[in-house]
Amino acid sequence: MIYDIEYETMPREALEAIQLRRLQTTIQRAYANVPFYKEKFDQAGIKPTDIRSLADLRHLPYTTKQDLRDNYPYGMFAVPMDNVVRIHASSGTTGKPTVVGYTARDVDTWANLMARSLSAGGAWRGDIIHNAYGYGLFTGGLGVHYGAERLGTSVIPVSGGNTKRQIVIMKDFKPTILTATPSYTLHLAEVASEMGVSFDDLGFKYGIFGAEPWSEQMRDEIERTLKLTAVDIYGLSEVMGPGVAIECHEAKAGLHIFEDHFIPEIIDPGSGDPKAYGDPGELVFTTVTKEAFPVIRYRTRDITSLNPEPCVCGRTHVRMKRVSGRSDDMLIIRGVNVFPSQIESVLMEIDGVAPHYQLVVDREEQLDTLTVMVEVNEGLFSDEVKQLQALERRISKNIKEYFGVSAKVKLVEPKAIARSQGKAIRVVDNREI
Amino acid sequence: MHVEQISVFLENKAGRLSEVTSILAENGINIRALSLADTSDFGVLRLIVDNNDKAREVLKNNGFAVGKTEVVAVEVADRPGGLHTTLGIFQQAGINVEYMYAFVQQSGENAVMIFRLDDIGKGVQVLKENGIEVIDGERIYTI
Repeated sequence: MIYDIEYETMPREALEAIQLRRLQTTIQRAYANVPFYKEKFDQAGIKPTDIRSLADLRHLPYTTKQDLRDNYPYGMFAVPMDNVVRIHASSGTTGKPTVVGYTARDVDTWANLMARSLSAGGAWRGDIIHNAYGYGLFTGGLGVHYGAERLGTSVIPVSGGNTKRQIVIMKDFKPTILTATPSYTLHLAEVASEMGVSFDDLGFKYGIFGAEPWSEQMRDEIERTLKLTAVDIYGLSEVMGPGVAIECHEAKAGLHIFEDHFIPEIIDPGSGDPKAYGDPGELVFTTVTKEAFPVIRYRTRDITSLNPEPCVCGRTHVRMKRVSGRSDDMLIIRGVNVFPSQIESVLMEIDGVAPHYQLVVDREEQLDTLTVMVEVNEGLFSDEVKQLQALERRISKNIKEYFGVSAKVKLVEPKAIARSQGKAIRVVDNREI
Repeated sequence: MHVEQISVFLENKAGRLSEVTSILAENGINIRALSLADTSDFGVLRLIVDNNDKAREVLKNNGFAVGKTEVVAVEVADRPGGLHTTLGIFQQAGINVEYMYAFVQQSGENAVMIFRLDDIGKGVQVLKENGIEVIDGERIYTI
């Protein structure tokens, strides 16, 4: 079913007229209220009135995660705090998160887009949604929650963790829709199997999975094991949260981007040049309705391509391919963003000098695991085993406390970490996804 | 009165120990005493050799993390209760033994034990007060 039939099936011409009007308003508001944008536009010699067509968007400078970080925490907000009703945050490379804000109208827009997303994924009034995305600073849990209520479904705010209890809830409450990260979903399936619970006896029809990279093979496995139809959802807190784009369960062939709220572009991550439909490159977003936290040409670092072909579901909005990778070194581990530089900052604290290190990511029993290999140098070395073990524990504890991700720390000999042209290889991702 | 010990970080995998012994052998360095402490992932090799500076240099040049620690070498009577007497002295004085190991060779009638203490100065002092001989570095390297 299509929740917002007028906007979701709008002919291209009408959609572009709305986009342009909204874009012009967004640019004017950003220029007037966010010193960062005013400065960037002035430097580029562009006035808000220069934006006369959608094509003119290309003349505006990009916004990066570093820009958001430089304006931590509230520097990118385009409204006074009086008008901000919600704050979320995602992790950043220096240990400081990226902070985003929402006005009441932004929360309303988000609920609308999540209602659209859930219905595209197969949900409708009468459904019971088991929402296992984490509730908190992470946008996943609350994003789904508000959309589920807007759509008129019954939402179980179970959040992440306590897996055995989740299985009992699934058995007793009979939810029909599952929302979770794909890796946690496979973990749920394993625990259910250990508990002797068969998904044949549960009532799931559809599942909406995202917040981390996954693959067609994982989709097959999830659909086969959980006996449901699985769709991919995309979003990022800088742009809004979940509900920026969604696959329809009819086609399961690319994610419709809600273009009446977000204008997507694909660029060459190196040169920044625009790419044509169908060509892979870095996804860039401009929000056109966000009030508290508008972003203009925000570089997501996600690699994908756009497909403008009409879809069997009737939606007219352009589809993005499943995200195939990143143009930076960010890792997503159990839904948590991790940059190598974050781990480096923890190691720096130990001795004042960062030793060589490497992050190794594996997927064991469907869950992502992070191992941090640290080369022992003279500053870290001790002749006492217990001191070295305490060092491992201290690094692991700090990573968990600062960045919320569990990591096993393994001390290795100097030069044990492979180097490529003298530069240590910081990330080894062994996940087959 | 202290003896210098060098220690080397080793990953717990095949061939690492022999890599160290081969480097020392090639450079004509004689191992006087050694102990290896290990976990499932890594080990710490502690060595007393006849030329500490050279051993440290060649091991570092071969990419090992090498540390230097002061330890105490003590002559312990080679008879039942010999070690117990020495440990009793440390215990009474409230000194912790982090680890200890035996010397390869005997010195006359006595065994030689290496102690790593949390308070080495006080350790040496109580040993002397109790009439136990502490062997100095110069002598130990050439036993």
